[in-house]
Amino acid sequence: MLGGDPLLSGDIDLAVVLIVLLKVVVVFALLLVATMFMIWWERKIIGDLQNRIGPNTAGPFGLFQTFADGVKFFFKEDLLPDRAQRRVFILAPLLTVVPAFLLFCIVPFGGDFANGANGTVELFGHETYLQLADPPVGILFALAMSSVAVYGVMLAGWSSGSKYPLLGSVRASAQMVSYEAALGLSVCAVVLTTGTLSTHGMVVHQAGDGWGSFIPNWNLLAAGIVPFVVFLIASQAELNRPPFDLVEAEQELVGGYHTEYSSIRFALFFVAEFMNSVTMGAIIVTLFLGGPAGPAPWGPGWLWGVGWFLLKLLVFLFVFVWIRGTLPRVRYDQLMDLGWKVLIPISLGWLLVLATFHVARDQHWNGVVVALVGAAIGLTFFGLLRFAIATSKARRLEGVVD
Amino acid sequence: MPKVPGLVKGLGVTFGEMVKTLKEGPQTTRYPHEREEPAPRARGVISLYEENCTACMLCARECPDWCIFIEAHKYLAPPRREGGKPRQKNALDRFDIDFSLCMYCGICVEVCPFEALFWSPEHEYSEVRIADLLHDKSRLGQWMQTVPDFESYEAGSEAKVKKVPR
Repeated sequence: MLGGDPLLSGDIDLAVVLIVLLKVVVVFALLLVATMFMIWWERKIIGDLQNRIGPNTAGPFGLFQTFADGVKFFFKEDLLPDRAQRRVFILAPLLTVVPAFLLFCIVPFGGDFANGANGTVELFGHETYLQLADPPVGILFALAMSSVAVYGVMLAGWSSGSKYPLLGSVRASAQMVSYEAALGLSVCAVVLTTGTLSTHGMVVHQAGDGWGSFIPNWNLLAAGIVPFVVFLIASQAELNRPPFDLVEAEQELVGGYHTEYSSIRFALFFVAEFMNSVTMGAIIVTLFLGGPAGPAPWGPGWLWGVGWFLLKLLVFLFVFVWIRGTLPRVRYDQLMDLGWKVLIPISLGWLLVLATFHVARDQHWNGVVVALVGAAIGLTFFGLLRFAIATSKARRLEGVVD
Repeated sequence: MPKVPGLVKGLGVTFGEMVKTLKEGPQTTRYPHEREEPAPRARGVISLYEENCTACMLCARECPDWCIFIEAHKYLAPPRREGGKPRQKNALDRFDIDFSLCMYCGICVEVCPFEALFWSPEHEYSEVRIADLLHDKSRLGQWMQTVPDFESYEAGSEAKVKKVPR
């Protein structure tokens, strides 16, 4: 089974292959342009947030700054440290950048979802989705790819044969592994609400009308705001962006895992980081804000879909930069506390509450009783957790436990 | 764990700053294209009023960087009154400040007892060759034209406002 895309359900002839290739090229180009734009956008917005100008020389409004930087990176000398593990050192940037590209495959970036349409577009006589792939595993693919990206960071630090990159990569692997749990648990809440793993299915589910038929049926409301907030925080940690950028803390680690990298290999890490920001924004939009779903008052519906998607994505890219421009970096123990003692319990608890309500609805139990019992159990566990954390803190202060 | 209200407050501060930037423009002065007015009493370059210099060498000796080079010779000037003794005077041969060594501390200006050294706010005298940063006495004298008049001190100050010799 090749996924839910109607393009691949019938016979696969040359036209289908060509359409898939065309989509690959379009997605690839779109992602590259979006990444270039993201780098420019980040520098410009941070400039505005700090009362500066930002890049303004290369091209109109400095739009070609990233392009100029890229050309410069190509012409720089590519250094390979003597003590580096040569093969792994060369492999690591590719391990980072390839998942970054693949991650965007499952994002629906357009399509007509208004008025009960199912988001297909007619392309050269074939019905298809405006997304590169719609595998049945859907959102699990995103989690898998972001896990693979950890390898790139980890191996880059290890293979550099230098202290700072090693420290950076140890931090990175610990951080990304612990925040992946919170990320996965908040995705679970969304999957529970929509009842599908497929990203396209999630968008279709969110495209319908919600309460009162004017509030959208977004998972932001349907699954509650908690998974959304947890996902937003955990995604920032997963992306190694400030305030969770202690992987590449410039002041302590001279850039972290990519200290020894130069030239185009460094550029690959750099590009992958911003590409992941764009993709993570797109995934948040898909999971919680209905992706390309939105009203289409006139004209072609698929174009409205693309427009809604870009608008929602832009809001998130701004929020990412805004958070980056505001918050100071957290300390390592604060990072771990936030991940293990706050985000994971909250998202796990919320998942249980959500599951309880779903079961209660299916079994026609009394809603009030379920809510009361749930609140009682939740408070008990919250109290126990607080007690456990307080006890461990007290013991640590006494010096009983290191 | 960071406190949430402070976090939200910080986000508000940066957002307000962005709105300010978009409405009123950034603080940046695009230097080669736009000029900034130097601050009052800015230390740009040291200028020399040669007529006041007696080659007493105080500035050269107090200079922490030893960047002032003075050479002088003595000569006998005609007596002031009829039948008096000829007066011995110092004539300045060389007065150089090496601005590649100078750290702009201003001790020479402070220490000069004859008011021969002054600060000028002029600061655009970079050179391609580092040796060209050695300004001789004619060049130092030319900076005198750019020395601004001393501003009056704060109310209540008893120090006398000095005059710049022109």
